[in-house]
Amino acid sequence: MDKKRKRSITRGVILAVLVLAIGFTVYSSLTKDKVELLTVGDTAPDFELVGLDGNKHRLSDYRGEGVMLNFWGTWCEPCKREMPAMDRQYEVFKDQGVNLLTINIAQSEFEVQNFLNSLGVDFPTVIDKTRDVRDAYNIIDLPASIFIDPNGKVVKIKTGEMSEADIIKNMEMIKPE
Amino acid sequence: MSLIDVSGNLLFVAFLAYLVATLLIGGSIKGNKPDGAEKRASKWGQLAITVTIIGLLAHLGYFITRWIYSGHAPVSNMFEFTTAFAMFLVGAFILMFFLYRVTALGLVALPIALLIIGWAAMFPREVTPLVPSLQSYWLTVHVTTAALGQSILAISAVAGLLYLLKAIDPKKKGKERFWLEAIHFFLVVILGFILINAGFKVAGYEAQYSYINKDDREMQIIYNLPPIFGMHESTAITEGAMDPLVELPAYIHAQKLTSVVWSLIAGIILYVLIRLITRKRIIEMLHPLVQKMKLPLLDEIGYRSVLIGFPVFSLGALVFAMIWAQEAWGRFWGWDPKEVWALITWLFYAAFLHLRLSKGWEGKKSAWLALIGFAIIIFNLVVVNLVIAGLHSYA
Amino acid sequence: MEKQVCVCGHENPVGTKICANCGRPLTEEAKSQKILDMKYDGSAIRSKTYNKSVIDKIWNFFSSVKVGVSLIIITLVVSSLGTILKQEAFVDAGNEAGRALYYEENFGTFGKIYYALGFSDLYNQLWYLILVAMLGISIIIASIDRGFPLHKSLKNQRVRRHESFMKRQRIFAEGSVTAEDASNTLDAVEEKMKKLNYKVRREGAALLAEKGRFARYGPYINHVGLIIFLIGVLLHKFPGVYVDDSMWIREGEIRAIPGMEGYFLENKEFIFETHDNDPTTAQIQQGVNAVAKNYQTNVVLYKQEEGSLPGQTDNLEEVKEYSIRVNHPLEHNGYSLYQMDFRLNELKQMSFDLTNKETGDILGKVSVDLRNPKKEYVIDDNTKVELMEFYPDFSGFNKAGEPQTLSPNPNNPAFIFNMITPEHPDGEISFVAIQQTVEPAGNNTYKMAFSGIDTVNMSGLTIRMDKTIPILGIGGIIFLLGVAIGSYWNHRRVWIEQLADGKIRLAAHTNKNWFSIKKDLDAVTEHAKLPQYIDQLDDEKESESDQNKEEK
Repeated sequence: MDKKRKRSITRGVILAVLVLAIGFTVYSSLTKDKVELLTVGDTAPDFELVGLDGNKHRLSDYRGEGVMLNFWGTWCEPCKREMPAMDRQYEVFKDQGVNLLTINIAQSEFEVQNFLNSLGVDFPTVIDKTRDVRDAYNIIDLPASIFIDPNGKVVKIKTGEMSEADIIKNMEMIKPE
Repeated sequence: MSLIDVSGNLLFVAFLAYLVATLLIGGSIKGNKPDGAEKRASKWGQLAITVTIIGLLAHLGYFITRWIYSGHAPVSNMFEFTTAFAMFLVGAFILMFFLYRVTALGLVALPIALLIIGWAAMFPREVTPLVPSLQSYWLTVHVTTAALGQSILAISAVAGLLYLLKAIDPKKKGKERFWLEAIHFFLVVILGFILINAGFKVAGYEAQYSYINKDDREMQIIYNLPPIFGMHESTAITEGAMDPLVELPAYIHAQKLTSVVWSLIAGIILYVLIRLITRKRIIEMLHPLVQKMKLPLLDEIGYRSVLIGFPVFSLGALVFAMIWAQEAWGRFWGWDPKEVWALITWLFYAAFLHLRLSKGWEGKKSAWLALIGFAIIIFNLVVVNLVIAGLHSYA
Repeated sequence: MEKQVCVCGHENPVGTKICANCGRPLTEEAKSQKILDMKYDGSAIRSKTYNKSVIDKIWNFFSSVKVGVSLIIITLVVSSLGTILKQEAFVDAGNEAGRALYYEENFGTFGKIYYALGFSDLYNQLWYLILVAMLGISIIIASIDRGFPLHKSLKNQRVRRHESFMKRQRIFAEGSVTAEDASNTLDAVEEKMKKLNYKVRREGAALLAEKGRFARYGPYINHVGLIIFLIGVLLHKFPGVYVDDSMWIREGEIRAIPGMEGYFLENKEFIFETHDNDPTTAQIQQGVNAVAKNYQTNVVLYKQEEGSLPGQTDNLEEVKEYSIRVNHPLEHNGYSLYQMDFRLNELKQMSFDLTNKETGDILGKVSVDLRNPKKEYVIDDNTKVELMEFYPDFSGFNKAGEPQTLSPNPNNPAFIFNMITPEHPDGEISFVAIQQTVEPAGNNTYKMAFSGIDTVNMSGLTIRMDKTIPILGIGGIIFLLGVAIGSYWNHRRVWIEQLADGKIRLAAHTNKNWFSIKKDLDAVTEHAKLPQYIDQLDDEKESESDQNKEEK
């Protein structure tokens, strides 16, 4: 009887190991993308880009205050639509410790400046010439907005056009205490 | 005479040699009468092997001279690969002959080699320079090893066919007789393809058309057979060219379909003629020729060729292929149709070996499996290259 | 564990077909066989002896060869389904919606169903992965189940076998020695077999000559190789093991390399050469215009300084220069960059002549760098052209009459120029696109006449990092070794016993290639003057085929 039980246990263990290995791999493959992408709770990667104003902007410059990052391009219609609301709320929230920094994906200064002028908006904008920051933030679809709290942690990631109410709600979330 | 002409002539010599050898083998089997037939049989058999070896040497000569002339291993397009495959097939036959001394294998192996060469000859045979992705020593290593593996595996189908020709009673109705005859019908269709293409080539038929491909671009195409099916929105460039009977949408390649249908027509006509004239099935005519063969021996040859060929095929068609793919495209496996069908071939022969070794599937079962395996190899060579386009289609 | 006691006294596990000690057949089935099934001589495969619990049932299921072969066949049939229509990986249709549309548009209802069932991405489906995983489990369990008993039985096999064992071998001989003196027979056998490279063991009047035992392990070795390979493939699913990215980079651009943090690439030049041959028939048949001879991207690889942040490009260190060609990727630090694709002649710069429409006088030339347009282009004190707006990929006017751009790529550039000329110091507005000029104010005096373009080439590169390659390599090598060992060598055994009256009893077995062992037997029969052996299967097989003949 002893040997039979031993045999059963051996087999059971081997089967269990196999099932676990396969199960874990399946689970891994299903969640793999999520692990590699930026998620809420991660520390937002610091970066340095040159702005339209000619100055260097770093994400860490804003530590201690909330930051909304917005990735956009001139060909992106939804980006265009949400920008006026973004601008308005930026005016409201910037005295409450919430900053807005928009990041254009690798277009010419001419296009970026013209675009912003035509919309009549005025917020800090940098250009990601080499697309390095876009890669670091795993941005694929535009517009993409990342809301970062005063401690540098990502609080919300929003892909797609935001309504003014969305913007208000999210900016509230990253206000310093 | 330039080297490439020499090369072409050598191929022709090989072709003739195989043809003569087939007739000699046929003659060496035929003899049924007791007096002197044995001696004549073995003499003709020996002569047949000698002629085959001469042909093989000529074939090798074609291969080497073409290699020197073009600067790369001549396995880079449909014509080159298929003729190389035929060469390896004859080589594998000779190898098996020296192992088992069964001349009759040539009765099937050589005609198959002839059909393959004939089929290859229907494709453009100009020496074409290599595209960048083929500029690698892996071309030589991967393609030749894969072809070698496939040809050794093919011998199992040769032995299997002979086995079934003897073991299946052509007078007994049933599935087995039907399918065995169907295989021969298919071989006749291949013959039909060759004859009809050769015929129109001799007649100098060539018509050029422009058409709109599925990316909405205008392209040109040449038809060497009268267009039963026309390409999408095709208009004739050659003056007075025949209008296609049916025009097809862009995602169906009408010219290839035309070729297939013409071959079927020619094959059917040919087969019907054979049946009418001889009043017998093809297998009925071949059945008496194989009576002297020993079934266990054929079975062993079939098994042995898979056993020898499987490691070679695994090495060439999978391992070398994956290494090269990683070098060239950065991924060792991409699930493109050619890779998938190489995997299917490999899995099939693995199943063959398991069924044989563990489940005792020998004799007729093994023979049928061997034929299916060969069909898969041919599918990979023909359909995947010509019909299913992909990263891999170099035809 | 229940045991079966053989007549010779040895205890065998229940289910054993042949006694491990003497070789007598134990089961009814074995006793009735004319020729013994030698697969498991000495041991029973475990699954056949233990059949009780759920665990055992699962184990037996996966251990069964029938199940294994079925899994192989199912896998190969299912795999073929993925080749009926192009797989999604090869379809260039943007996003998910685009792909669904592709299948329906091009292949009708069949295409729609194909896509809905997941066949268009068949090899990534969960059920396909599970199928392959089951195949892997089957390989593992079947090998464990058979491998250990096999090893045990081969290690412990006895020299002397019972008569009923020997009689039931395919090759058998019994009779008198054909020499004068029978006493040296076994010595002669030993001498000859050793010359033939057999290992010879003797025990009293019994002799066992064995060769090629390692060949039996071939299948198990190749299975191990397959499992290692599959493990390598599974590891792909873990993050950090595998990077697969792609990038398009134009000549002159410097870009961050996606997937390769901290590294940048500069495309210095893209070279495209064609063989200058006349198009061959093959090419015309395929609709290909020229045969590419070589295409390569000459690049410079840069690395950021330690501690740099994304986006910082001030202090890039040059790492190396390289020409990336097909079959020759750029390799650095475990990463490889492959030349995958290219696009020729993308617009880089467009030139216009500021022309008086009536007189045809040209006041000056304006060249707009599409990647970096300027706000104004000065020709002289009275003449300049202001660039009001620029649309790199003009796609039409929206409802409000505003021009739209589809993408940031200069595929279809359109401009709004303000032409400031001596005649019109306040300027004239002109909207200029390819083959389209719109004058909002009505009839302008001047126009921007297209005068030329400069183009640039774009390279498509793939970035790969794959830590599993060594594992796959080892698995592959072990597999090939196993398959070679199992296929090209065979295990031969010859049992000989000299009976009391000097007669010889002989039996032989090989797992494959009976012709070769027969050659060995012929040699030793001649040398040691043994009685002639018979192949008991020959008669059987021949009588089978004779039966066929008679049935006619």
